[in-house]
Amino acid sequence: MDTIQDLGRYGWQHLGVNPGGAMDKLSAQIANILVGNNRQEAVIEMHFPAAAFFFEQPSMIAISGADFSATVNGEEVPSYRPILVNKYSILQFHRVEKGARAYLAVHGGLDIPLWLNSRSTHLKAETGGHKGRVLQKDDEIRLRKPVDLCPLLGKKEFEILPWKTDSNWGDDNHAKEILALPGNEWERLTGQSKEIFFDRAFLITNQSDRMGYRLRSEPLVTMVDEEVVSSPVSFGTVQLLPDGQLIVLMADHQTAGGYPRIAHVISAHHSRLAQMKPGDLFIFRFTDQSTAEQLLLKQHQHLLQLQNACKLKLDELLNACN
Amino acid sequence: MKSAILPYRIFPLGDAAITVDFGNIIDESINRHVLRLFDELKNNPWPGMTEVVPAYSSLAIYYHVPEVKKSNSSLSAFDIVSMRAKELMEMSLPEKEKASEIVRIPVCYEKEMAPDIEHLAGARNITIEELIRLHTSKEYRVYMLGFLPGFTYMGEVDDAISMARKSQPVTVPAGSVGIAGRQTGIYPMECPGGWQIIGKTPVKLFDPEKEDPVALKAGDSVRFFSISKDEFENY
Repeated sequence: MDTIQDLGRYGWQHLGVNPGGAMDKLSAQIANILVGNNRQEAVIEMHFPAAAFFFEQPSMIAISGADFSATVNGEEVPSYRPILVNKYSILQFHRVEKGARAYLAVHGGLDIPLWLNSRSTHLKAETGGHKGRVLQKDDEIRLRKPVDLCPLLGKKEFEILPWKTDSNWGDDNHAKEILALPGNEWERLTGQSKEIFFDRAFLITNQSDRMGYRLRSEPLVTMVDEEVVSSPVSFGTVQLLPDGQLIVLMADHQTAGGYPRIAHVISAHHSRLAQMKPGDLFIFRFTDQSTAEQLLLKQHQHLLQLQNACKLKLDELLNACN
Repeated sequence: MKSAILPYRIFPLGDAAITVDFGNIIDESINRHVLRLFDELKNNPWPGMTEVVPAYSSLAIYYHVPEVKKSNSSLSAFDIVSMRAKELMEMSLPEKEKASEIVRIPVCYEKEMAPDIEHLAGARNITIEELIRLHTSKEYRVYMLGFLPGFTYMGEVDDAISMARKSQPVTVPAGSVGIAGRQTGIYPMECPGGWQIIGKTPVKLFDPEKEDPVALKAGDSVRFFSISKDEFENY
């Protein structure tokens, strides 16, 4: 499943329109930064098996997020590096090496109309993105600001540019640990259920998609059975379903819900969670509000630094070509 | 008229939003207060605020942590936003001048468009005619939107026609009018849903082509009226 996504559609949740956007917004931003785009530019979010892309004009691209073993005209190309691709080249993805969602950004941005200020595909409403749907064979996507890259490429089929960044998710030792903050109904859990929440690993089941991940572990029990009047929920909200299992809300989550909110995955770990897939196991750890904010600020700083560094490199390159 | 200060609680909704909560109840005066706060924040957004989302008796305020921290780096963004929220709660907000107009919505209650109407009438031991009469005899308040773009949570239906939602969701066509507990609502698009479906409206409640894609808003008053299948098809 491949869709057009940006950083989401904000300011419309009061009409029931959820923000959507890329599942792994960190990776989507990094791909854009590498090719000199604004961070909120639309990218193509890919799940394996991903589409093959035929370039009708020379383009500068970057791939981030999951590693789906990409090739250009059959030759392996790395993620997290900008690549110049000549016209009539084919970009393909062959197998899942790591992660769940890969992102493709193209210099100049994709020519996708805005709906409620965002280019993200809203699959439920069948609008936004490319014709409100997943990408299909023979779809044509134009670039908003095509740049003449011919002088840089000459007759080469592609060229990997010298700047890069590390994929900064999934590599550290704690990749299977998801930090969370307690939710408003956390105290409804029995003492034993609270222990289960911290002690057991949670399995991401096959009933997991862009709306949410259904988890499986030992069922959790609450002391009170009072219904929750529908109240706002967010990306990362962990709700307790009537069968005692948990669901983590992801990018296409509903705007409000009535299930007890047990926890909220911290924003800085949304990306890590978005790169997990059915069959993966993880454990929850609680943290505090200020640690969660510090981790988010660190990510933000990292993106700003990367943006400045890439802009310098890109300006040099494009000046040389003029 | 000025609003009284209602008891409230502020709690974090993760690390980038807070919820202001006025109790776990469905109450018209509380919902009115929530919508007043929503209007106030829409008109006078705080620095770093990204979105305000009203619900039945609570309001979520979303913010961008780095933006909020710019105003005071020694406090957490949560503390800064919570303080602002407390100040807002102390403010007396003007009551809206007049109630919104009543929106009249046609509904066809014929069985083929109302897969659950017989079951609901049977379960509540009333006739289908009585069920339709009760459903169309009241003005409903749109308390909130959610679940889907343009999905309205309205209330409250007469207790005699209230019924719990289904345990397993089924595919519901666009325009279906349903009941869940004492709530009533309209599905703006086809989707899996658990409400008891008692009719269908030909009115398009969600149209992405329109500048304002959603027909009904929180705070609106709605009244249903019954139409025949012919009228539905020629609407």
